[in-house]
Amino acid sequence: MTKPFFDPAQLKKRHRAERRFRLYGQLAIGLALTFLLLIFASLIPRGYGAFQQTEIKLDIVFDAGVIGDGGPQADYQKLARTALRKIFPTVSGRKQKRKLYQLISDGAGYQLNNLVKADAGVIGTTRSLWVLASDDVDMYAKGNVGKDLEEGDRILQDIQIDWIETLQKSGQMEARFNSRFFTLGDSREPELAGIFGAMTGSFFTLLVCFGLSFPLGVLAAIYLQEFARKGWFSDFIEININNLAAVPSIVFGLLGLAIFLNFLGLPRSAPLVGGIVLALMTLPTIIIASRAALKSVPPSIREAALALGASPMQGVFHHVLPSAMPGIMTGSIIGMAQALGESAPLLMIGMVAFIVDIPADFIDPATALPVQIFIWADSPERAFVEKTAAGILVLLAFLVVMNLSAILLRRKFERRW
Amino acid sequence: MKNMIDQDTHSHLMHDVPGVGPIKVRAKGVNVFYSDKQALFGIDLDVPECQVTALIGPSGCGKSTFLRCLNRMNDVIENCRVEGVVEIAGENILDKKVDAVQLRARVGMVFQKPNPFPKSIYENVAYGPKIHGLVKNKDEMDEIVVKSLQRASLWDEVKDRLHSPGTGLSGGQQQRLCIARAIAVRPQVILMDEPCSALDPIATARIEELIDELKEKFTIIMVTHSMQQAARVSQTTAYFHLGELVEKGDTEKVFTQPDDERTQAYITGRIG
Repeated sequence: MTKPFFDPAQLKKRHRAERRFRLYGQLAIGLALTFLLLIFASLIPRGYGAFQQTEIKLDIVFDAGVIGDGGPQADYQKLARTALRKIFPTVSGRKQKRKLYQLISDGAGYQLNNLVKADAGVIGTTRSLWVLASDDVDMYAKGNVGKDLEEGDRILQDIQIDWIETLQKSGQMEARFNSRFFTLGDSREPELAGIFGAMTGSFFTLLVCFGLSFPLGVLAAIYLQEFARKGWFSDFIEININNLAAVPSIVFGLLGLAIFLNFLGLPRSAPLVGGIVLALMTLPTIIIASRAALKSVPPSIREAALALGASPMQGVFHHVLPSAMPGIMTGSIIGMAQALGESAPLLMIGMVAFIVDIPADFIDPATALPVQIFIWADSPERAFVEKTAAGILVLLAFLVVMNLSAILLRRKFERRW
Repeated sequence: MKNMIDQDTHSHLMHDVPGVGPIKVRAKGVNVFYSDKQALFGIDLDVPECQVTALIGPSGCGKSTFLRCLNRMNDVIENCRVEGVVEIAGENILDKKVDAVQLRARVGMVFQKPNPFPKSIYENVAYGPKIHGLVKNKDEMDEIVVKSLQRASLWDEVKDRLHSPGTGLSGGQQQRLCIARAIAVRPQVILMDEPCSALDPIATARIEELIDELKEKFTIIMVTHSMQQAARVSQTTAYFHLGELVEKGDTEKVFTQPDDERTQAYITGRIG
């Protein structure tokens, strides 16, 4: 046999096709990674600013003549104003003074009020304190707005900018870590707006969502996969579950509005309703993932249990379910992550309201992380841009943690046969 | 429950057939249908107690189907219908009144592919006694586990790692673990569905040795594709062909002087 029975040219072609295919795959992955990098490259520099806030160092005199015995109605803002005037004693006239006062945030008053509330002993003393600057000052200090516009078109006038620069030079103005962003609820003042309210709202919502969808979804999956007789009815149910998984989420929001709010009269804007609606949306995901996980358990395990005299239920709960659990948990966590990032159905049931207070339970009005991002993105003030980006970063951080825990759970509990 | 534990006591219902010994399992006119397709045609078979009975025949002849009738594992398969009578120790187990779960505690089964639970060796063996409530405390359980592993001649190999996963053992060890798991419930009958087909010759030899020892206490019914194996370990052989029981009798006789020419053709290798 001198001639090979296959054509060497053809073999070469096959190898070339293989190399080409690998290259396409690598290109696809490279492209996906580039987009991911682009997202982070645009978000991080933009959102990073929100984790810092510009503050002004003032020598506050807690003058009993101004605030009396420190009641909540007292004019604490005046203390800050007086202290600021001391730094710029030459400022005179109502107009000038008002411009000067615009440098400090309305939040300065609350800050001082809280201080007095915590310790009435400060009344009558002088304290050197960092108080919040207004959002416009903050934007200028961070370099987000410049002086390139005509003075009349700018929020900050030339004289205000001079004051800011004086304060910066003397070290009485600097950017400090913004703990308010992580501890406060929403606010109309960007420098006072925090994400904690939305985080709490999302937490309560997800708790309701998980509490409903996980047990319901897993039990439904077990019944459908292990016990239900196969027939046209089970096929019908399966098709419908698959279809439900593809229903746009806003439709679930409308359903929640019609049934839970209008018909059942549950409270508007409540995490309870949000959780129920998101649970409806997450159920198909959990059922499908759980069924796939149950299906992947080899039938020999079921036979082994049955042949030993275990009842079908014992077989499922003692052997099949534990083996399927990593897959079920992964599916559920991914479903939860999806629910965490969902905003459309929450808009329909009123969780888009402007809510300052941190929700304390399941029926308090609340908003959720993605909706908070939407609200901020919709706000006109320049300073909300960085809040929006920072909100997205927080949301992404939660999603990454959830998905990472899904992977770790899978690694830890996966069994091999 | 008592019946399950004293497997050595003969039931008064048992029939004695001269020269064969008491009959443990008696099948009469067993028909099996998958949907409309009939898989078994009127099987009559007597299985003597404390012996190894081999079911042989070409692929798809229905020997595994018949085996699965004996512990009602066919119940699980949808559209599968079983007719006829199967008596185990005188009781018709195909009767709807007989609880399949209870029955399977009396009739153990070992499968073609070793299928230990993805749990520890100890838990694998202890599972049966645990769900049937055969033990009162941990000491009794330990005793059953040790005895079962010893009987399955696996004890010496695993005594130092009882709590490592059963799936980490070699194929032959896994199969012996499955046998230990089956005998831990103290069944009267053990069904084996080609127990050695996934094993190498050395592991096979060990299992065959084990089967030979186990027949002292248990009635064993074994499906096998290997005629040498049937000849080596069984006392009675039944030859199935296309859903019918063609020939049954003493293993020696079936292999040396078969009555039916289809049996002759199969054991000499002309069909199969």
